[in-house]
Amino acid sequence: MQPRSSPAQKSPRANLAGWLYVSPLVLVLVPFFVAPILVVLAASFFATDGFGGLTPGFTLASYVEVLHSALTLKLYLATIKFTALTWIFTLIIGFFVAYFLVFHVRNQLLAIGLFLLCTVPFWTSNIIRMISWIPLLGKEGLINQALLGLGVIRQPLEVLLFSDLAVVIAYVHQLTIFMIVPIFNSMARIDKKLIEAAIDAGASRFDIMRLIVVPMSKSGIALGTIFVVSIVMGDFFVVKVMSGGGSASVVSAFYEDVGVLQYPTAAASAVLLTLVLVAIVSLILRTVDIRQEITR
Amino acid sequence: MSDGAKETSTSNPAGTEARSSKKLSRRMLLKRAAAVAGAAAGSDAIRGFPTIWAQEIKDIELRHVGVSYSVVKAIGDQAAKDLGFKVTMQNLDTSAAINRFISQPNTVDIADLEGWQAKLAAKRGVIQGIEVKKIKEFDNILPIFTKGEIDGHKIPRQGISPYEAMYISKPDSTDLHDGVTEWATFLPQVYNADSIGYRPDLVGHEVTEWKDLIDPKFKGKAAILDVPAIGIMDAALCFESAGLIKYGNKGNMTKEEIDFTCNKLIELKKQGQFRATWTTFDQSVQLMAAGEVVIQSMWSPAVAAVRVKEIPCVYAPVNVKNGKEGYRGWCNGMGLMKHLSGKKLDAAYEYLNWYLSGWQGGFVGRYGYYSPVPSTAKKFLTAAEWDFWYDGQPAPEVINDPYGVPMEKAGTKRDGGSFLDRVKNISCWNTLMDEAAYMNKRWNDFKVA
Repeated sequence: MQPRSSPAQKSPRANLAGWLYVSPLVLVLVPFFVAPILVVLAASFFATDGFGGLTPGFTLASYVEVLHSALTLKLYLATIKFTALTWIFTLIIGFFVAYFLVFHVRNQLLAIGLFLLCTVPFWTSNIIRMISWIPLLGKEGLINQALLGLGVIRQPLEVLLFSDLAVVIAYVHQLTIFMIVPIFNSMARIDKKLIEAAIDAGASRFDIMRLIVVPMSKSGIALGTIFVVSIVMGDFFVVKVMSGGGSASVVSAFYEDVGVLQYPTAAASAVLLTLVLVAIVSLILRTVDIRQEITR
Repeated sequence: MSDGAKETSTSNPAGTEARSSKKLSRRMLLKRAAAVAGAAAGSDAIRGFPTIWAQEIKDIELRHVGVSYSVVKAIGDQAAKDLGFKVTMQNLDTSAAINRFISQPNTVDIADLEGWQAKLAAKRGVIQGIEVKKIKEFDNILPIFTKGEIDGHKIPRQGISPYEAMYISKPDSTDLHDGVTEWATFLPQVYNADSIGYRPDLVGHEVTEWKDLIDPKFKGKAAILDVPAIGIMDAALCFESAGLIKYGNKGNMTKEEIDFTCNKLIELKKQGQFRATWTTFDQSVQLMAAGEVVIQSMWSPAVAAVRVKEIPCVYAPVNVKNGKEGYRGWCNGMGLMKHLSGKKLDAAYEYLNWYLSGWQGGFVGRYGYYSPVPSTAKKFLTAAEWDFWYDGQPAPEVINDPYGVPMEKAGTKRDGGSFLDRVKNISCWNTLMDEAAYMNKRWNDFKVA
C-alpha cells in the first residue's frame, strides 16, 4: 500500500509512513531482542554469591575471568573449526544444488518441486534428525555393517559417530538449506540472456561460472554465510549430541555455567560471543554490499 | 470406599486442631492422622471431600515442575482424578529447572527439587517451609530422609544428602538447619541409587567396582555421565576405587581434588577410554543398545530399558567395601513455592499428602525407583511386584512396567538386591559443590580436550 502524498505534505507523511513500515520489526526486536541483550549485558557486570544470587554493581571480574582463561581460547578454536568446516561444505553443496535448480532444470514446476524436496529434512525435529544418524553411522550402523560385509574394513570405524566428523556431517545436513535458499534466490535473478551472450562470445563454462554466476550470486552467498556462521557459532546441541559429549563449544560451555548458576560469567561469555559474531557479520557485509546487490 | 473417604476428610480438622492446641504432642496427632489415612487407604481415599470444598477447589490448578523421570504426567493425571482439581506436570532438564525456580518462582507451584536444589531454593527464598505435621505419612517416611539413618546405619553425608537438605528452623528460613525441625524444605517423593550398567556378555566378569569403568580393557567402549555436578562424582568413585586418590568429600571437593579428577579425566579421554559421554536417559539407553559402549555410568530404569530390547544388561551392585565404592544416591522431593497461600496452599498440601499415599509409590516402583513411604506403595503393588522391585526376590511371575508392558521374566532377580541393600550402600549424594564454578570450568576443559 503506497501512501498517497501531495507534494506539500510529502516530508512528514513520508516520515510517518517510514515509521509505520519499521514499527512491526521494532515491536518484535525491542522486547524480544534488545531488552534481553541489555539484561544479559547488565548481568555480565554484576557480582554473584555463587548460588544464583546477583549483586547489582559494576565489576569487570567476569570479563577478566573469561578473557584470561585458556579454556575460552580452546572453546573458540573448537567452535571456529566447526564453523569453517560447515561453511565450506554447505557453501559447495548449496551453491551447486542452487546452480542445478536454476540453470539445469528447465521445467519451473519441477524446479520448485525439487526445491521443496530440499526442505524435507525440516519436516521433522532437529532432535530426530540427529538421532537418525546413530543407526547409520554407529559402530553397528548401516555404513559400518556394509563396509564390514564388503570386507573393506575389519574393525568398525569409530570415527563415523561421536566425533568431530559426525558434528560436521550433522551441521551440513541441517544447514545446507540455508545456503541453497539465498543462493537460489540471487541466481534466479541472473538474466539468462547474459549467459547466452557469453556463450555466443565464446566464453567457456568455467569463465561463465567465474565471471558471471559467482559474482552475481555474491549476495546470496553472503546471506547464506551469515545464516550458517551465526547458527553454528550459536549452537551447542548438535555438538553435544553428535560428538557424544566429546567436544564442547562456546555456547555449550556457558550453558553449563548457567546450569551451576554462574550467571555473570555466562553473561560475559554471551556478550563476548555476540561481539565476535557482530564483527564477523560486519566483515561479511563489508565484503559484499548486500543492500546494493539485492536492489540492483 | 466411601466410608473411608469420609474419614479422610475429617482428618483435616485434625490438622487444624493440632495448630490450635499445642498441648497434644505432635507425635500423637501424627499417629492419629496416620491411622485415619491408613483406614482410608486407597487411591480413592481422598476423593470424598465435602461438596463445598470440591466446589471451591475445582478451579485450582497446581503446576508441578521438574525433571522428566520425577515429574510424570501419568502421576499428575491420577492425582487430578483423585483430588478434583487440575494438576499440570511440566518437564525441564535439571539445570533449566533450578534456573526457573530461582528466576521465575511465580510460574511454579510445586517445585520438584533434589537435595542440593532444595538448599539453593531455600537460600534464594523462593520456597516456603512445609509444615511437617500437615503431612499425614510423615512418620512413615523412611528415616533415611527424615533422620539421616536407617536400621542404626548412618547415611553418609558426602554430597548433599536429602536429610541434610530437609529442614529449616522457621517457615521462611533461608539457611538449612542441621537436625529435625517442624519445617521441611522439601518432601521426598522418589529416589534411587545410581551405579554402572554393563553388558555381561561383553565385559566377561561380574562388575562390583567402579574402577572397571576406567579399565584400559574397555578403551573406547566406556561412557560417563556428562552432567558436570554428578559426572565428576562418578569419576571420583572410579578413581577412588582404583586407589588413585582418597577424597575428603567426593560431594564437595577442594580445588586440588577437582584438578586431580579433571586432569585424570583428560588423560583418560586422550587415551581414548571414553566412547562418549551422555546427558539424557535416552542417550544412555541408545549407547548401550546400539553396541557403542559395554560399560558406563547408568540409571536403573535405563538398564531395564536396554533389557526390554532383549539385550543383556546388568546394573552393577557396587556395594561399599574397604571404604570405597558405593552408589551415588539421589532423591527428588516436592517444595512449596513461596507464593502459594490460601486455598491453593491447602490444595498443595492435599497434593503432597496424595503423593505419599501410595499410588505414586506403586507407579515409580514399577520402573525401578523407590517411594520414601514403602508402606503405602506396597498397597499398590502386587505381591510379586513387591518381592521383585523392593525385596530383591526372584520374580514369582512376569513383571510388567508401569504401562503394562512385560519387562522381566519370571525368576529374574533384581540387580543390587533389596532396596535396603542398595540404600545402605549409598556412599555419596547428588550435589552442588562450593567450588561449582571452578569445577564446571575444569569439566569444560575435559570436554574440549
